[in-house]
Amino acid sequence: MAKYAYTEKKDTRSGFGAGLLELGKQNPNVVALCADLTGSLKMDAFRDAFPERFIQAGIAEANMMGVAAGLTIGGKIPFTGTFANFSTGRVYDQIRQSIAYSGKNVKICASHAGLTLGEDGATHQILEDIGLMKMLPGMTVINPCDYHQTKAATLAIAEHEGPVYLRFGRPKWPVFTPENQTFEIGKALTFQEGNDISIFATGHCVWESLKAAEALEEEGISVEVINIHTIKPLDQEAVLRSAAKTGRVVTAEEHQRNGGLGDSIAQLLAMKQPTPMEMVAVNDQFGESGKPEELFEKYGLSSKDIVAAVKRVMKR
Amino acid sequence: MPNHQELEKIASQVRRDIVRMVHAVQSGHPGGSLGCADYFTALYFEILKHNPQNFEMDGEEKDLFFLSNGHISPVWYSVLARSGYFPLEEMSTFRKIDSRLQGHPTTHEGLPGVRVASGSLGQGLSVACGAALTKKLNQDSNLVYSLHGDGELQEGQIWEAALFAAHQKVDNLIATIDWNNRQIDGDVEDILSLGNLRAKFEAFGWEVLEMDGNKMADVLDGLRTAKDRTGHGRPVVILMKTEMGQGVDFMMGSHKWHGIPPNDEQKEAALAQLEETLGDF
Repeated sequence: MAKYAYTEKKDTRSGFGAGLLELGKQNPNVVALCADLTGSLKMDAFRDAFPERFIQAGIAEANMMGVAAGLTIGGKIPFTGTFANFSTGRVYDQIRQSIAYSGKNVKICASHAGLTLGEDGATHQILEDIGLMKMLPGMTVINPCDYHQTKAATLAIAEHEGPVYLRFGRPKWPVFTPENQTFEIGKALTFQEGNDISIFATGHCVWESLKAAEALEEEGISVEVINIHTIKPLDQEAVLRSAAKTGRVVTAEEHQRNGGLGDSIAQLLAMKQPTPMEMVAVNDQFGESGKPEELFEKYGLSSKDIVAAVKRVMKR
Repeated sequence: MPNHQELEKIASQVRRDIVRMVHAVQSGHPGGSLGCADYFTALYFEILKHNPQNFEMDGEEKDLFFLSNGHISPVWYSVLARSGYFPLEEMSTFRKIDSRLQGHPTTHEGLPGVRVASGSLGQGLSVACGAALTKKLNQDSNLVYSLHGDGELQEGQIWEAALFAAHQKVDNLIATIDWNNRQIDGDVEDILSLGNLRAKFEAFGWEVLEMDGNKMADVLDGLRTAKDRTGHGRPVVILMKTEMGQGVDFMMGSHKWHGIPPNDEQKEAALAQLEETLGDF
């Protein structure tokens, strides 16, 4: 019997939009900027409710990041919105110098991350953004797993002083975490306890991991599924505790293997508690056009791939 | 309120500070710093509404200044120290280990007077626009000033910001361009021509002024006129003609002194041309 079920699918970007609207009501210092993707980012409700606090930046992301940095001077809390590709790679130096190094309280909110952007193809399917952002000193990096968690994360980052990268996606995806949850930055969530294997997953791959766990449990393998929504700062204690208990680790993420969540966990385990490990991630490839589910399958991110990774690591 | 002769004396000391800082560590950018000494002196000792003794990042009810071409940090550090943001002696730490006076300005070490890091070029106009919009949102009627190199205008982000400032009617911003026509590799017009800069900014929807950045009376006039032009729906830019290396004859007339320090002999020759008016640090 599955411990996690869903009754509906919703896109995580809509969770962001709902969170942003609520923030607008709660906090008069919250301002939002968007680079000509207001509908895609679901920022229209905020724009319509608080037009004086919404800045349309046009297709000029570098400027948008600089403007956001400047807006913090005088106490505003800017939320920038565009696709993940244009939120990171395109504007890396602006984020590095004007936001991260300058210690500015900017919330970089990035939709359409990863393969699940789908048909637009590899130009837009950034799979390097977590790595780019986690390398910046002082940057918090969050990749929530469903609609409710994304909404809660959006609310939580407004309370956090300092730059944050919030990554979410385009497709409708199972909603399985509770409504109105409290989101604690940097705190891993144990979705399922088990003794044979620890799966650490983030973003859309959390649902795939829960599906994989269900299949594995049927084969008598006891699986622990831990949601690492905050890649940085990593909940080291949770990772080490679970890895010590099960002695085997699999990570799952919609990102390049280089620079992603698995890379962070491997670094931690290698230094503190070497543990056999497999990584489910894209392996040094660009994506392509297709449906999200097809892409997950082709690039090895589906629940079947997680099951296979668990079996590999259990043989080691 | 100092008159312009008194400001010229301060500027002379600022130029000495620049030469001595860059010489002491044998690195840094003296050329553009010397060229902008008069602008910085006028701004910090006459024009800006600021409180050097009690610097606050948010700068509420104060004017703000952003240096976008961060490599001319020596002139800024000198003027910040001379106007009371930090002790004069700290200038001797410029570009050395454990210093708040980094090669390029930063907030990271907590130096009073600096509100954003700069150095990677082209970013400061966007930041200044953001800060100016926050002033509007906060109903704070004070102004935002920014300085940019002319070579820096080759960065695309500047023109994104130029579009943005006009579109958003950022009319509480006075950007100044240090128009010395020099950059590291040579003359700006030879490297990547800016063409008709006045026409470009006008076409982007800006109010455009020009001034001689090495004549104190002209700088004061120019900055005051610019203030008068704020609040009319358009961002204001001052095209400021300067001479790289101004005040030290052998550093003028070429791009050579953009980023190299004087040796001992050159330092003495430079200081001989710059009157010590306020006492060296």
